[in-house]
Amino acid sequence: MTELLVATKKGLFALQGDPGSPFEVTARAFAGEPVEYALRDQRSGRLIASVTSPFYGPKLWYADDPAGEWQQAEGVALPEGGDAALERIWVIVAGEEESVLYAGGDPGVLFESHDGGTTFELNRGLWEHPTRTQWQPGGGGLCLHSIATWPGEPQRLAAAISAAGVWLTDDGGETWRRGNQGLKARYLPEDTPDDEIALCVHRLHRAALRPERMFMQFHGGVYRSDDAGATWIDIAAGLPSDFGFPLVLDPADPDSAYVIPLTADMDRVTPDGRVRVYETRDAGASWAPRGEGLPPEHAYLTVLREAFDRTGEGPALELYFGATSGAVFGSGDAGASWFQVATHLPPVHAVTAGP
Amino acid sequence: MPLVRLRGPLKRLAGDRPEHAIEGATVAELLRALEREHPAAGGWILDERGVLRRHINVFVNGELVEQGTSVGSDDRVEILPAISGGR
Repeated sequence: MTELLVATKKGLFALQGDPGSPFEVTARAFAGEPVEYALRDQRSGRLIASVTSPFYGPKLWYADDPAGEWQQAEGVALPEGGDAALERIWVIVAGEEESVLYAGGDPGVLFESHDGGTTFELNRGLWEHPTRTQWQPGGGGLCLHSIATWPGEPQRLAAAISAAGVWLTDDGGETWRRGNQGLKARYLPEDTPDDEIALCVHRLHRAALRPERMFMQFHGGVYRSDDAGATWIDIAAGLPSDFGFPLVLDPADPDSAYVIPLTADMDRVTPDGRVRVYETRDAGASWAPRGEGLPPEHAYLTVLREAFDRTGEGPALELYFGATSGAVFGSGDAGASWFQVATHLPPVHAVTAGP
Repeated sequence: MPLVRLRGPLKRLAGDRPEHAIEGATVAELLRALEREHPAAGGWILDERGVLRRHINVFVNGELVEQGTSVGSDDRVEILPAISGGR
């Protein structure tokens, strides 16, 4: 049985089922509220959800049961009396150490929890970075949307911000350095200096079995790094478009990546009205479309950056993504074939999957 | 002392009481005092900058006001979600 947490514009939906048939909606929480992201921490079983009330502001909540009582996490705020306010928490990621969780948000901020999500603390190293005044928001705000831990080395993290590029730390977040060399932004002049920060990373993941390797969906470009984010090479050749948002890796295969291309930044829908996931198994040297069972025509979907996830690995890899149309699709065979998980949910912000 | 009236989640966060007599010369002072008295409501009305959240309306004696508005000891202050926040 697989559990999906589908964060939508109108609440959080928990779905359960087995690949091949529509899933059952087993719970809805935060009815009517925009839920940005939700994660079940597989170590503790606890659920953590990001909710941005248009009235009362962004909060993180936790519960053991999605249909149960949710508690507000403490510490999810910027320093009082400053000139900035927290806009939104975009992503929540389990850390390498027991009970450690990370939350990334707007304006380009990272929070850490050392008690499984009950309390959080702002990462000061990134918040007080001397280049922060140069950081520019992307269309979705100044969002820290990707946090890549390093298996077995809790001090090493990569974080990606739209549009402030990749940031790397080897000392648990005390100090941060840029990891942007090789990224080419078409929305900037050609003679932009190499140390430009205004780089619109859309999603970033690390290969579990080869942690120095990371894959990135960029704002025009799909990239791979084999040196822990120091340099990047474009691997988008063979895709119908190098624009898109979400990205998933198979943890059993460091040469694997899945993306869902959209037509272009000025037309953020699936190309030619056809929904297809693209898979590489050779680290981006080639890409193969995976569309069996997905809408083949007249389907102009938008899939947001956090709306694609996996559970399992290798031959048992399951993939799930949701669209702003409210449709959710899944694959129980690593993308070879697809089925409709749900049809009429509210616009999907994020999908996370687990056993 | 001005009387602050709360509804919905704000009422729940403030000890589940709908009315609170709170000292303050301005709306902002009242709201800060309310948050100090009921820390669970901290961040729900004012953001980290001390700015009234965009889709929260404050009325004094039925009139929509701003956070710098003066408040008298006999005034009735209502804090309500604005219809502009509905999506």
